[in-house]
Parts: sequence; structure tokens; C-alpha cells
Amino acid sequence: MATKASRSAARLMMAPAVILLMGWMLVPLVLTVFFSFKKYLPLRGDRWQNGLDWVGFDNYVRFVSSSSFWPAVQTTLIIVLGVLIITVSLGVLLALLLDQPMWGQGIVRILVIAPFFVMPTVSALVWKNMFMDPNNGLFAHLWQFFGAEPVSWLSEASLPSIILIVSWQWLPFATLILLTAIQSLDSEQLEAAEMDGAPILSRFGHIVLPHLGRAITIVILIQTIFLLSVFAEIFVTTGGAFGSRTLTYLIFQRVLESQNVGLGSAGGVYAIILANIVAIFLMRIVGKNLDT
Amino acid sequence: MARAVTPRRKALFTMIAWAIGLVIFFPILWTILTSFKTEAQAISDPPVFLFFDWTLENYSVVQERSNYMRFLWNSVIIAGGSTLLGVMIAVPAAWSMAFVPSTRTKDILLWMLSTKMLPAVGVLYPIYLIFIELGLLDTRTGLVIVLMLINLPIIVWMLYTYFKEIPGEILEAARMDGATLKEEILYVLTPMAIPGIASTVLLNFILAWNEAFWTLNLTAAKAAPLTAFIASYSSPEGLFYAKLSAASTMAIAPILILGWFSQKQLVRGLTFGAVK
Repeated sequence: MATKASRSAARLMMAPAVILLMGWMLVPLVLTVFFSFKKYLPLRGDRWQNGLDWVGFDNYVRFVSSSSFWPAVQTTLIIVLGVLIITVSLGVLLALLLDQPMWGQGIVRILVIAPFFVMPTVSALVWKNMFMDPNNGLFAHLWQFFGAEPVSWLSEASLPSIILIVSWQWLPFATLILLTAIQSLDSEQLEAAEMDGAPILSRFGHIVLPHLGRAITIVILIQTIFLLSVFAEIFVTTGGAFGSRTLTYLIFQRVLESQNVGLGSAGGVYAIILANIVAIFLMRIVGKNLDT
Repeated sequence: MARAVTPRRKALFTMIAWAIGLVIFFPILWTILTSFKTEAQAISDPPVFLFFDWTLENYSVVQERSNYMRFLWNSVIIAGGSTLLGVMIAVPAAWSMAFVPSTRTKDILLWMLSTKMLPAVGVLYPIYLIFIELGLLDTRTGLVIVLMLINLPIIVWMLYTYFKEIPGEILEAARMDGATLKEEILYVLTPMAIPGIASTVLLNFILAWNEAFWTLNLTAAKAAPLTAFIASYSSPEGLFYAKLSAASTMAIAPILILGWFSQKQLVRGLTFGAVK
């Protein structure tokens, strides 16, 4: 029973979190939108204190018509889709496997989940140097062992390499969430189906997969949001070279490397819109699940 | 009703699962092993797996040459500080939403979640500019604030789902007995919520420790945490595998250990309670 006094107390206690997040969201957002309509080149002496020239939608048009825009969109899509396909399909299989009776289940689960706790810069560098290096990497040794020519992975096959690294990091997340969902599956239903003689594939298709549907959707949406802003893995492996420049990386380069803030901010606004489209779907699912 | 499991089936699943588990874990294992090799053994052809002269030399070299302890300390301060600050701000908010819900509670929760969706790169320059103007660039204070803000929605959400599981009647009973709001939170709610708060702290410490966008872009030399320290190995220095491995092992070891304890919280924290 909430009294009036406790209601106003509640509002007061919520205030710090709400105000901080409001500020964190609005201030940079307003500035980004503001800069996106301005010519702002700090390296050429533009200072926000002296006022900036208004250029209308120039930056928006230039960002989209630049020759690096569509390749960046394509790269982003390939990486996001590639990682999603790998992590979700392998995640389902791994979750099913880990749900089976076995010896040392706890330890296996820890082995599978461990990559998620490795910081992105470490996993990117370890893969880049110790596995994918064309001279001393383990893959090079392995290729030579089979008499094949070693591949310089990150320059000749930059996207598959980055997809491999990022998938390795996110597979544990997908597996863990799908495993949690599988464990909530009513095992009696499965046993009944098994006794009725339903073959394993149809049991999977008619009982397990529908049950996992929601968890899979959530994995896809949450991962998409994180994958759209993959950064460190590219920063330390290719630095955006060899066709591995994603939208996020392109904006980063525009803003901090070439310091074309107006142009980069216009790109930032595009990225925000894109992320919000994904977010709306996620919020709907989460919201449905929320009973206050 | 447990399903009958034949030993043969169990052995089969055990073998497959262990094989896959070891393949997935292998890069980490290989990094740890390499950190104990000499540089020559680290790149020897064919690679040596276990039979080499184990040495601790790399660890001392990394520490001496790069002042590893300073980066470690920065990581501890930044991850720990942002988590604690976030929890201090989030506990009252989560409490009020869980126990004094209003018609807008759901909207506020979803709105908080939506701030988490803002792509960092979209607001990189404004934050960078604000940091320069306020003298926060390359300071631990600045990073504590930013990481607290990006994790605050997750902290509020996790605490909210934990608090929701505490029966409200207990709090009402305390209120009837004349407990003030402060006493109610301090002596009744907090003891019951400690496991939930601990899980929240654990997961958010891990997330902050591994954060690698803001830490790379807002630090240079002074406040750089381990993420940025390791990134500096992307130069030719990274070709010293044994030292790279030693530095990497030191950067991930604390979190791997903490991570083992936080598997369950991971699901709840990162799906915003949508999967339990």
C-alpha cells in the first residue's frame, strides 16, 4: 500500500538515476545533432566558441555519397550477419549438448563460457598474433603441416577473420542464454513425445525450437546492438584496413582521426537511427515480459 | 521422473562436449601456456605444447618494462569506482520502482534500457569535447563517470528484478512496526537483497573491466587501464608472443575467476530479465 509520503519519497529516490541518464542521453545527443549541421574542422582552426558555419544537410548528403559509405554498410552487415548466424546456430547445438547428462558438466560449461570474459583487446591481439600471423601463427603451422601455403588472414581474408574472432567472443553469450531457456523446458513433454515414438528431429523441430524461439529472438536483438558497435576488435587487428571498415569505424575515423566533426556527427546520427530501429523490437519483447 | 541414461550415451556426450569445450577454450589455454615459454620457444616450429622450460621471466619483464601495476591499478579504480557509484545511485531507484510502482514505472524502466542502446560512436565527439573542456580527458575520474553512466541501466534493471523477488509484505510489516524509510531500507531490505546486489556488482565490474571503446578513446598515458595497455601491443611489440601472452594472462586472469562465479547473473543482467 503506497502512501502519499512514500510516493514522493520514491520519486525523490529515483531522481538521481533518472536525471543522470537524462543528461547522459540528451546532452551529447543534442550536441551531435547540432554539429551535424555545421562545418566543424578543429584542425583547421574551427572553434565552437567562435561559432560554426551552418551548412544545412550538407554533411548528411556528403556522408552518404562518400565512396567509403556503402562499403562500410556492406562490411557492417556482413560482420553482424556472419556473427549472428554462427553464434546462434552453434549456440543452439552447444546448448542442447550441454543439457545432456555427462561427466564434468560444470567444467565443460566453464570452458565454453570463458571467452566471454576475455577483454576484447586481448582476444583480438591473441588471435591476430598467435593464431593468424602468416609466419608464426598456429594456423600457419597447421597449414604448412598439411603442405598448404600459409594465409595472411587479416589482410587476405579480413572479414572472415574478424567474424571468427567476434563469434568466439559471443558464442558463450548465445550458448548460456539458450541453455538457460532449454533448462526451463518441461522435460515431461519431451519424454511423452519420445515415448510416443516421435523421432529426434521432429521432437527438436516441434518442441525444442518453438520453446527456444523467444530466447533466440532476444539473443539476436541484444547481439545486434552490441555487434553494430564492434570497435576494439577492428582497432587492434586491421585498423579499418583491408575492407574491414564498419560504419562505427568509419565514423570514428571521421571524428577523431581526420577530425571532420560535422561529417562524423552526421554519420553518428545515422548510426543512432539504425540502432534505434533494432532497439524498438528489443524493447517490445522486454516490455511484454515486464509486469509491474 | 528422471530419464534412464545409458552409460554409453553418457560417455559419448561427455567425450563430444569435452572435445568442443577444449577447442573453444584453447586460445585462452594457449595464451596461458605461451606466457611461460621463452620467446624462442613461443615461436618454435613445430609449436611446443607442454614440454618446454617453464619460466616466469616474461611476467617480470612485462612488469618492469611497462609498469604493469599502474595499468592494473587504473583498471581496478575505474571498474570498481564506476560499479560502486552506479550501485549507490541505482539501489534507491530500483527500490522505489520495485516497491512503490506507479503507472509510469514500466515506461521509466524501458526508457532507461533505451539509453543503453545509444551507439557510443554517435556521441563520441561531444563526450570528447566535454572531457577536454572539463579537463577530464585521460583521468580516472572521467572514465569512472562515463562507465558508471553506460552501465547504470543494467545495474538498475538487475537490482529491480532482484528486488521484485522480495515479498513486499515483509517491508509492510516493518513499516507497521514503525520502521522509518531509512531503517526499512537499511535493516530489512538490504540484508535480503545482498545476494542480488553482490551479483549485480560482480557482473558490472566485469563489464566495466572489459569495456574497450571509451577506455581506448578517452585515455592516453595517465589513466589508461589494461584494455588500452594491451592495445598498445598491436604495434610490432605484439610479435613478442611470450610477453604478449604474459600481459594478456595478467589482464584476464582476475576476470576469468570472477566470471566463473557470475554465469547465472550474466543471463539475467544482459537480457534485462527477459530470460531467467
